[in-house]
Amino acid sequence: MTEALLSVRKLSRRFAAVEALKEVDFTVEAGEVHALIGPNGAGKTTFIHHVTGFLLADSGSIHFAGRDVTALSMHQRVAAGMARSYQITNVFLGLSVLDNVALAVQGRPDAGSSFRFWAPVTADRRLFEEAQHFIAQLGLEKHSATLAGNLAHGDQRALELAMALATRPKMLLLDEPMAGAGPEESARMVELIEHLARQVTIVLVEHDMAAVFRLADRVSVLVNGQLICTASPEAVRADPEVRRAYLGDAA
Amino acid sequence: MAFYHSARHREALSIGLIGVMIALPALLTACGQEFYIGFASRILIFALAASSLNLVLGFGGMFSLGHAAFFGIGAYAAAICLRSGITDALLVLPLAMAVAGLFALLVGALSLRTRGVYFIMITLAFGQMAYYLVVSARAWGGDDGLALVGRMTFAGFGLHGEAAFFHAVLACLGLSMLFLGRLAEARFGRVIQAIRENETRMEALGFPVFHYRLSCFVIGGALAGLAGALLANLTGLASPSLLQWTQSGTLLVMVIIGGVGYLYGGLLGALVLLCLEEVLAGFTVHWHIGLGLLLLTIVLYAPKGVAALFAKTHD
Amino acid sequence: MTQLILEQALNGLQFGLMLFLLAAGLTLVFGIMDCINLAHGSLYMIGAYLVAAAAQAADSFWIGLATGVAATALLGLVLELTLFRQLYKRDHLSQVLATFALILISNEAVRLIWGAQPVMLNPPAALSGPLEVGGFFYPAYRLVIIACGLAVAGLLYLLVAKSRIGMWVRAGAANREMTEALGINVQGLFTLVFVFGAALCALAGGLLGPLLAVQVGMGESVLILAFVVIIIGGIGSIRGALVGSLIVGTVDTLGRALLPTLLRATLPADAASTLGPALASILIYLLMAGILFFKPQGLFPARA
Repeated sequence: MTEALLSVRKLSRRFAAVEALKEVDFTVEAGEVHALIGPNGAGKTTFIHHVTGFLLADSGSIHFAGRDVTALSMHQRVAAGMARSYQITNVFLGLSVLDNVALAVQGRPDAGSSFRFWAPVTADRRLFEEAQHFIAQLGLEKHSATLAGNLAHGDQRALELAMALATRPKMLLLDEPMAGAGPEESARMVELIEHLARQVTIVLVEHDMAAVFRLADRVSVLVNGQLICTASPEAVRADPEVRRAYLGDAA
Repeated sequence: MAFYHSARHREALSIGLIGVMIALPALLTACGQEFYIGFASRILIFALAASSLNLVLGFGGMFSLGHAAFFGIGAYAAAICLRSGITDALLVLPLAMAVAGLFALLVGALSLRTRGVYFIMITLAFGQMAYYLVVSARAWGGDDGLALVGRMTFAGFGLHGEAAFFHAVLACLGLSMLFLGRLAEARFGRVIQAIRENETRMEALGFPVFHYRLSCFVIGGALAGLAGALLANLTGLASPSLLQWTQSGTLLVMVIIGGVGYLYGGLLGALVLLCLEEVLAGFTVHWHIGLGLLLLTIVLYAPKGVAALFAKTHD
Repeated sequence: MTQLILEQALNGLQFGLMLFLLAAGLTLVFGIMDCINLAHGSLYMIGAYLVAAAAQAADSFWIGLATGVAATALLGLVLELTLFRQLYKRDHLSQVLATFALILISNEAVRLIWGAQPVMLNPPAALSGPLEVGGFFYPAYRLVIIACGLAVAGLLYLLVAKSRIGMWVRAGAANREMTEALGINVQGLFTLVFVFGAALCALAGGLLGPLLAVQVGMGESVLILAFVVIIIGGIGSIRGALVGSLIVGTVDTLGRALLPTLLRATLPADAASTLGPALASILIYLLMAGILFFKPQGLFPARA
């Protein structure tokens, strides 16, 4: 069996009296779309924070792309190929769409050092050419020069994805990409994620069950900081324990 | 806060201004106002010090309240250089910048692990540490400060004349502003301004935020050291009061009056505050009350933060 | 030597307790409202001047102390209602600028009213002599300060740890939004904390007045020490403020008294005489740096 892209072992974290994560085991195979679902407060975002290195665990290990990243900081994990998008749109409102994505390209180790103090960043043609490529991929061409602060909500979400993608990740963690989106925007986002799934492994945290069951190859269920099952969407839908703990008996 | 973009008309304006500044000593002499050449040098030096704080605070988003320590350390480094026979500006100034930058590296490495109110207090405390250190060092004159033996020279030319010294200061300020303007639009400037806006997002894009912050902090410290070395040469004294935290407060007031995060904010603020001081202090020794009330008015009538007041006029 | 160490240890304890009076109010202001207040030292200075003026007018130290503390509390109330209430919502830049302005104004105002010369404040005549404690002599007035400090610290501990208001204060420091959501009047609570903090400032200023010179600028140096205390103890923590105050008070006092002697015993004379005072004056900052290195949030972080 080949080694998984991401392999989390017995990850635990406690905040004062609250056990936020209890010995979570979680693996992501290269190429799959792996959805993480669970009721509000189950610890999904906390879990993502630990995987990306924003928070460090009390115990357990995280291996990514053949490396032990447990003790690495967030930017080191990004350099190793992990990217994330945020639940709340998190782009630079004072920069244009193009500048936002170029900044993301600039952060990559292969884009060269950013300890450059003299040449204007705008003279760095490569950054902007590559940024244009990601902008086109997410259908934002006509907004390229627009300030991110002036974009519609759906376009800001797309920009968020373009920036995550511009770091050329091996794995993309999407934290509730449909949050706050209307039905039309959701449909567009599902299409975009389907498109992205062809080039990158995706971990999808989402409440929109229709989207989850359409996009995911596998689904993991997190309840009260514990991972109660990982299976195909169909199997998860049928699992009585999941129904009891999460979907509710009436469902 | 907006990201910095240079504007063509401003470049033309600054070239014109530099022309006027070069001619200033001759103009003042012609009017019989030689006394004001020294005052003009003082304004330029404080403009440099305030601009260095503006780099850290306005561009880097780091609220340091210990910046005067770097300023004062530069002054002491220059005084010690001159006392030990190193007189050429090409040695004195880089040495002063190096010493101030090194102290900034130490302070930054410890304090940049914290945020918010903590960072403000810690930079303040470390700044005061440097102050108490020089006050208690008898070898450096203690409370009285360290007098300079003469003034530094530049490649064999003396800078004793007030006009020559003014031109040396002008050159230092001009080069520093050019560097800061380029930096703000270079890769590094992009990164530190983006970190100011949202550091977590930058970390998530793979930028080692701590290293960028620390570098920015050190550059700011070194430039403050340059200003301090110039001031010591102007006044002939490295005084402990330069390191005191109230001096940090004064630099901060300059930056805020001139515009936080605007390239020429420090320059403008130093000009306004020092001229205000010159005028008000002529009326009453208690002019600090007036200044205090003025600052309170600025704070209370700029509900979105002081910097927002200037957003419209500068763009 | 034993006499010296014992005496200096008591001095350190006394200094630490006075620092605690300043740091206690300040750490809560920082912790609960996330508001930086540079003018806390000015309240200490104004408090000392008011106590001195009232003591002179009434010809009694204790009446002066009570009047000065009450007047400073009133001033704190006015400041909170007119200025600080508006500052809580602002960014740190505005808070620093406004409170820096307050320092400028209060320093100049004090200079206008009382002049630039230090003002004398005499301790109560009955306490001016030394007292014999277990075979050695110690100034009676300093013992009274220690007793006052211990009493206030104990009272504050009971208030914060045991009372309902104290519970709200602790909750506010740990998580302000949650406390507001629970329907507690955080604004009223903060007015109370601020006024109480101002009163403690005046108490410290009044008690220390006879030992130190009451003069312009006395607030700033002590403000920095209070900051060091809070950095060491952790923002928003009363326990941290107490531990930090005692550490800073004793280390600073003992360092200044003993370090030069110790160095003289181990180093050549001229090296010791240069290094001694310099090292003693920055000892607490080195200590702070050390603690920061291992515990960036201080010894007792109030927030998880």
